[in-house]
Amino acid sequence: MMVAAGYAREDESQPPVLVADYRSTTLRAPRHAPIAIPHTVTETTGPTAPWERLMGPAAPDLTTQVGGVAQGQRIIVGGRVLDQDRRPVAGAMIEIWQANAAGRYRHDKDQWDAPLDPNFTGAGRAITDGEGRYSYVTVRPGAYPWKNHHNAWRPAHIHLSLLGPAFATRLVTQMYFPDDPLIDLDPIIGTVPAPFRSRLVSRFDIESTRPEWALGYVFDIVLRGRDATPAGL
Amino acid sequence: MSESLPTLGQTPSQTIGPFFHFSLPWDGGADLVGDHPANRVIEISGRMIDGHGEAVGDALLEIWQADPAGDYGGAEGFIGFGRCATDAEGRYRFRTLFPGRTPAPGGGLQAPHIAVSVLGRGLLKRLATRIYFEDGEGAAEDPVLARVPAERRSTLFAVPVDSTDGYRFDIVLQGERETVFFDI
Repeated sequence: MMVAAGYAREDESQPPVLVADYRSTTLRAPRHAPIAIPHTVTETTGPTAPWERLMGPAAPDLTTQVGGVAQGQRIIVGGRVLDQDRRPVAGAMIEIWQANAAGRYRHDKDQWDAPLDPNFTGAGRAITDGEGRYSYVTVRPGAYPWKNHHNAWRPAHIHLSLLGPAFATRLVTQMYFPDDPLIDLDPIIGTVPAPFRSRLVSRFDIESTRPEWALGYVFDIVLRGRDATPAGL
Repeated sequence: MSESLPTLGQTPSQTIGPFFHFSLPWDGGADLVGDHPANRVIEISGRMIDGHGEAVGDALLEIWQADPAGDYGGAEGFIGFGRCATDAEGRYRFRTLFPGRTPAPGGGLQAPHIAVSVLGRGLLKRLATRIYFEDGEGAAEDPVLARVPAERRSTLFAVPVDSTDGYRFDIVLQGERETVFFDI
């Protein structure tokens, strides 16, 4: 088997750095274009399992962490982490964080006047198995207002951080829910070129829905594929 | 292996947002050394500012580096991955080991460096940069530095401060002396 010299570069679905409609980019987006570099061993390696040695073990049930049961619509979110060549990404760390069912984060800078839930931190971790599969249990997060523009509301979303397999494949993203009317009004998912926004929207799945217990949603995640080009450039 | 199916499209990146602190930082995440006895423990600290020179107080930095022998994920007890949120003044601090030199593509060695990911509100994609060291060897032959225009290279070098163990590395997201970020 050919040893990959690097990873594929970002594809056309990735957002630009500066988007006027998302105001926080104005003073933070670099003005210089990023400089393309070859993929060295630094970029083709990254932290891997056992994750317990770093941040801690998996914590894939966000609804029963604190003692009582979290308020809200219980859901199961699962899927696969694959690379662009459909290879499963095994042992990837998925960190999960979100607002509660009322749309409030457990964060002292979140000033939105919705109730905190003492039984919900909104933080969890899932690790992919040998087929790249993951699953976690949570409650469906609420929408919440933000001050980007008049009457701005974030659609319901779950933040996801993926580590593995390499520094080059590091991904932080947000997962949205199907049939949410706020998606078309949201400047953040709107930074993704229109044909590719659907890649960030989960789908309802009756197969993973558990009778008398929780609704199932599927969200597959695709990381960069390997690139056999010498030095990846 | 023949692959008949088309490649899949990447999942697009989204901002980490301002509200990650209850989830992503972990105790000891900014101390890559911990209690392990080690030579050449260093501290790297600095400040992150935006295009108006204001502190970026809600960003997250991640570092990934080789151990002193130049191996990734090699030395016992030293993983080489760390994470630190900036404070209200935009400051961060890591305690780690001085990295060894690692192979360069096509032969030779890279200069000692630490890979950095910058994540934050207003950053739709991870910004990737590298920390090099003013007193590190081999900068003249480093294949990544070679891609950087000479007049911007100094933004990539950590400067020794005070003691022999401290380095300062500021990150300027935008504007004059903007940090060099890489397309990787």
